[in-house]
Amino acid sequence: MKLEGKRLIWQDYQKEIADDHYFYARSCIRQTFFPGAEAIFIKILRDELGKDIHDEQHHTSCTGIGYHSDVVPFDTTMTVVARQFALMGEAGYENYAASCVTSFGLYTEILDTWHHFPETEARIREFLFKATGREFKKPRNLAHASDIIYKFRHQIAAKAKYKLVDKNTGEPLKVVEHIGCHYSKMFPHKGIGGAEYPYVLSGMIEAWGGEVIDYPERRHCCGFGFRQYVVQANRGFSLSCSKKKFDSMEPYEPDMIITNCPGCPMFLDRWQYALSEMEGKTYGKGNHGIPVFTYEEVAGLIMGYNPWEIGLQVHQVPAEPLLDKIGIPYDISQKFKGKNGEDIGIPESPSYLKFYAE
Amino acid sequence: MGKHVVVIGAGPAGLETSACLAKLGFNVSLVEKEEIIGGHLKKWHALFPSLLSGHDALEGIKKGLNDNIKIQTSTKVTGLEAVNDYFTVTGHNGWQAKAEAVVITTGFQLFDARRKEEYGYGIYENVITSADLEELFASGKALVNRHGNKPERIGFVHCVGSRDEKVNNLHCSKVCCITAVKQAIEVKQMLPEAEVFCFYMDLRMFGRHYEELYKEAQEKYSIQFIRGRLSESTEDKDGHIIVKVEDTLLGKPLKIKVGLLVLMVGMESTAKTKSLTKRLGLQQVSDGFIQPLEEVVRPNYTEIPGVFVAGTCSGPKSVSDTLADARSAAMAVGDYLKK
Repeated sequence: MKLEGKRLIWQDYQKEIADDHYFYARSCIRQTFFPGAEAIFIKILRDELGKDIHDEQHHTSCTGIGYHSDVVPFDTTMTVVARQFALMGEAGYENYAASCVTSFGLYTEILDTWHHFPETEARIREFLFKATGREFKKPRNLAHASDIIYKFRHQIAAKAKYKLVDKNTGEPLKVVEHIGCHYSKMFPHKGIGGAEYPYVLSGMIEAWGGEVIDYPERRHCCGFGFRQYVVQANRGFSLSCSKKKFDSMEPYEPDMIITNCPGCPMFLDRWQYALSEMEGKTYGKGNHGIPVFTYEEVAGLIMGYNPWEIGLQVHQVPAEPLLDKIGIPYDISQKFKGKNGEDIGIPESPSYLKFYAE
Repeated sequence: MGKHVVVIGAGPAGLETSACLAKLGFNVSLVEKEEIIGGHLKKWHALFPSLLSGHDALEGIKKGLNDNIKIQTSTKVTGLEAVNDYFTVTGHNGWQAKAEAVVITTGFQLFDARRKEEYGYGIYENVITSADLEELFASGKALVNRHGNKPERIGFVHCVGSRDEKVNNLHCSKVCCITAVKQAIEVKQMLPEAEVFCFYMDLRMFGRHYEELYKEAQEKYSIQFIRGRLSESTEDKDGHIIVKVEDTLLGKPLKIKVGLLVLMVGMESTAKTKSLTKRLGLQQVSDGFIQPLEEVVRPNYTEIPGVFVAGTCSGPKSVSDTLADARSAAMAVGDYLKK
């Protein structure tokens, strides 16, 4: 593989990312799946980078999952999104930062629709006003939260306590990056690096000392395609998608997977457990899986945040082997303690996947 | 007659037009931006359907050149002005020629395969273009991939940069289908044990003997033609290219591992052609090629009296069609200058 070829493509897919003053819209599902991720994002931006970020309480789902599953009509979706934009304006912001890749894709699609069909925008303005009495301005800048971490990746690296490097060998960790489909597959020019060779996560991995793995099924869906998962009868297809990816990346012996979508880390993490229970197969050495992270979790880890405070205990594939490899200390006795030392319960140990608890 | 014609571009069309004009008694200035004349043909190993070598074809065309033709190489045309029935053509290096007529034979450029990002050209070492393969044939070297291995399987991807709205090229490049058939046969001749696949949308075997060659490719050489467009190619740990394609006749998705993937790059109009078209105020057409005054009966005339076109600058053509078009252009110029 010739990296220069990818670098040429990356030059073609850059975009403006606001420098400060973000209106943050959270994801519907990330706080359940990976509860620390959004909190770390806000903490890094506020405390480490000194940025102003507004964590809006009153926004709703963007309806993305319903929209892509054909249960929410586009006019409804656009009106809901128009309300989010109205909330941004009311809070005094104009740079919209979406935590969710599907929301980001949907906002991009809506702004593009309004650009090409101004009469649709006018209709939605009318709907919103009739329904809520609100008016809105379109964002001056729209970014996915991973774009913002990408923008500040070198500043984060400069403050980091750890690198994505094996402390015993000094070698860079081998990292699989996986972007959510809605990040740039619909609008390649709205994603850093485009759709075919996205750079948003690769750029973080490079800046933080790791080495990106390109494997044959890199572009393949993680398994969270909504119809594959939301429709229960299709869940076998979801699992097959994930399995296809694991089988394809396994020969490269990846140390970790980094993702930027709500669904991808969920499915790449949880399905490793399901596959191990179904087939007795694990994709890391010594009954380990391949630990899966959100980019915020990885940023938090290299900044030296306590792994249990950023939510790594809820991962199905234990992160401990990776923490050991990098040399990040952790107290296993605290793994299943809640915020105030409360016992949150120790899950049952899987049959094959190596489990860590005191 | 002593009248003077400037021909811009010394590929097959420019050379043949110049030769015919010289035979008709005109003085010709043939201006070429590159150091060596011959255009793309000088790099092409063999031509379909007869496998005539590119070198022999070019030498055959050059035989027509005589002392009435002044060849000016390494000169980029930067100016073309019409004043009082005369055209003044200026080069970047100060070269200048005055003529009663101008023939534009600026040819084509090959589609830059990197624009089809999903195919991995410029990233995966064993993804090459039809032009790269032709150079490899011409070099006389063994057919090995970029890792030095004899490929056990080779794939040819048709219509790369042609008939593809995604890259803004709606036109068919005409020659790629038969070139793929020709190259696939050449590969089989060099590596009889190799499996060869052609991934196509339609096979446009419009020329004489093309269909026969296509039949021979299937019957004699067992080349497999799969009707389906690639969705992507990727690389495995050993440098093989993994191709994902739908076989639309079987209605099944396929995943095939090949040692070498050849992209049949199409023809596009050149930046020079587009700038000349604009400078002369000729009609701008979305495909970028020069639009003749009338395509069926006056294919070499333009909207401007005294300005003519020949060859692939007015649309994709095979070498034989280009030469016929060049002769036709020379006749049109002759007709025009008689008046």
